[in-house]
Amino acid sequence: MKSWRSSSTRIRELTVLSGLVLALAGLSLCFGGVAVSPAAVWRALCGAGGSDAAARIVRYVYFPRTCGCLLAGGALACSGAIIQNVLANPLAAPNLIGVNAGAGLMVALSCALFPEKPCGPLAAFLGALAGVLLVLSVARRTGASRFTVVLTGAAVSSIFGAGIDAVITFVPEALSGYSDFRVGGLFGVTMARVIPAAWVILPTLAAAFALGSEMDVLMLGTDTAQSLGLRVRSLRLVLLTLAAALAGAAVSFAGLLGFVGLIVPHIMRRLAGGESRYFLLASALGGAALLTGCDLLARVLFAPYELPVGIVLSFLGGPFFLWLLLRQRGGRTF
Amino acid sequence: MIQLESLRAGYPARSVLEDVTLTFGPGELTVLAGPNGCGKSTFLRTILGLQPRLGGGIWLDGQALERLTPRQRARRISYLAQSRNVPDINARRMVLHGRFPYLDYPRRYRPEDQLAVRRALEQVDALELAERPMAELSGGQRQRIYFAMVLAQDTQNVLLDEPTAYLDVSCQLEVMALARRMADEGRTVVLVLHDLCLALRAADRLVVFAEGRLQADGPPEKLCADGVLERVFGVTVRRVQTASGWRYYYA
Repeated sequence: MKSWRSSSTRIRELTVLSGLVLALAGLSLCFGGVAVSPAAVWRALCGAGGSDAAARIVRYVYFPRTCGCLLAGGALACSGAIIQNVLANPLAAPNLIGVNAGAGLMVALSCALFPEKPCGPLAAFLGALAGVLLVLSVARRTGASRFTVVLTGAAVSSIFGAGIDAVITFVPEALSGYSDFRVGGLFGVTMARVIPAAWVILPTLAAAFALGSEMDVLMLGTDTAQSLGLRVRSLRLVLLTLAAALAGAAVSFAGLLGFVGLIVPHIMRRLAGGESRYFLLASALGGAALLTGCDLLARVLFAPYELPVGIVLSFLGGPFFLWLLLRQRGGRTF
Repeated sequence: MIQLESLRAGYPARSVLEDVTLTFGPGELTVLAGPNGCGKSTFLRTILGLQPRLGGGIWLDGQALERLTPRQRARRISYLAQSRNVPDINARRMVLHGRFPYLDYPRRYRPEDQLAVRRALEQVDALELAERPMAELSGGQRQRIYFAMVLAQDTQNVLLDEPTAYLDVSCQLEVMALARRMADEGRTVVLVLHDLCLALRAADRLVVFAEGRLQADGPPEKLCADGVLERVFGVTVRRVQTASGWRYYYA
């Protein structure tokens, strides 16, 4: 069922979503293996508090991790939203255009070739971009239609998947590093890994928002969009490249949390309706909220031990997604 | 005005239409007719530049098509596609998309765009539908909104691909009245229709394609009298005079 909503309703809902993100970010800065009071968090972030244990935990553990969650969640969800719009496919996600397979292969190769210092983040980012660029270049030669992009993505992912299996077969030691990457998580993430990704994610998000009107016209269908003067093929390639940069930068420090890119846009479309700028913004906020919330749970559920966030995401997100689908099937909206 | 010279349209491996030379003038409502698969939609898409032509020339208002940028083309010719998506937006937003060719970055709608949209909605008698979601409109109401989008695009030339498909009889007549009004305002209107009776009744001029070629071009009465339609469609066409003009039927 369609869920068109008025602008004022959407703005109210986006405001609530923003509040949720801020609240979760605040909790993420306070809780983990060790609970820190909000006052101590504030002092630590303002540079006060010197080098006491709480201030160091906040500055070097909780703050990078919270920033990482917000960035990775927002980027992956926004990437999924762009891909779903461009391919007009509500089941599309970054993995569909070769992000996961490209990043996975490069990380596996990096672990196999440089076991002492595998350069995982850089390898993941370059692999994701290479995977998507290969998909797009092949698709472009065959007309860059929605279907050729999806089919090419499936073929390239299959080849890269075989490559990962081959690397792990010949160099079994690479399996450990690759498994950590595949499950995904933000354990031990530092600002040194988050900041380079932020330099990619923030300008790319801005570029995607700037192309919101073009995306709206693209949603009218290829023929109508072209007849309105839109360069459909070029726009499709540009948008998919932006989506690849977002997802590549996110997986470079958070691993394969592909589920965020599928589930969040799917839910947010019902909240934001068919206008792309609202949809992208809602997806970015929703992704940030989901990943920050799941990461918080991963840290506190079995504290002082923690779960990989990818596991929490799948255990919580999967059933929630199924519940939404069942409600939809029952004719109810949410 | 749309001028075509020895146009060859189709796909690289298979030509669909050969050697079509035609001129569509302002104020004229032309209906393209022909059996399924004869290339009517391909013909429209080729004129728009949505599909590369295999040969010949196309001129829009005297300008060669290939010399126009996509945006310049969109300011000269508008198109109602055969299959249309129903986005999750309201009717006013849908009609606003017709102003896209006139917007520069950052694509903010100007007062004149809002005015053009209001005028277009008034012309199709759909002002009261403006705030309704597209998904909640009936087929006929939705078609009026698509027409309003075409009107908001404000082009001299208008191409419509089966605008009456899936509509009930009263909606079909309503759609044809809108097309007639566009032509009466001085636009060049070319549309594809499958309903032969409706085509004969509404068109100023009928263009018939079959077997990859232009078979006939002229006023409906003449083509009917010449027996072209019987030959192409394999049906018998008859007409009766009524108070409001000729009515056609076939068997």
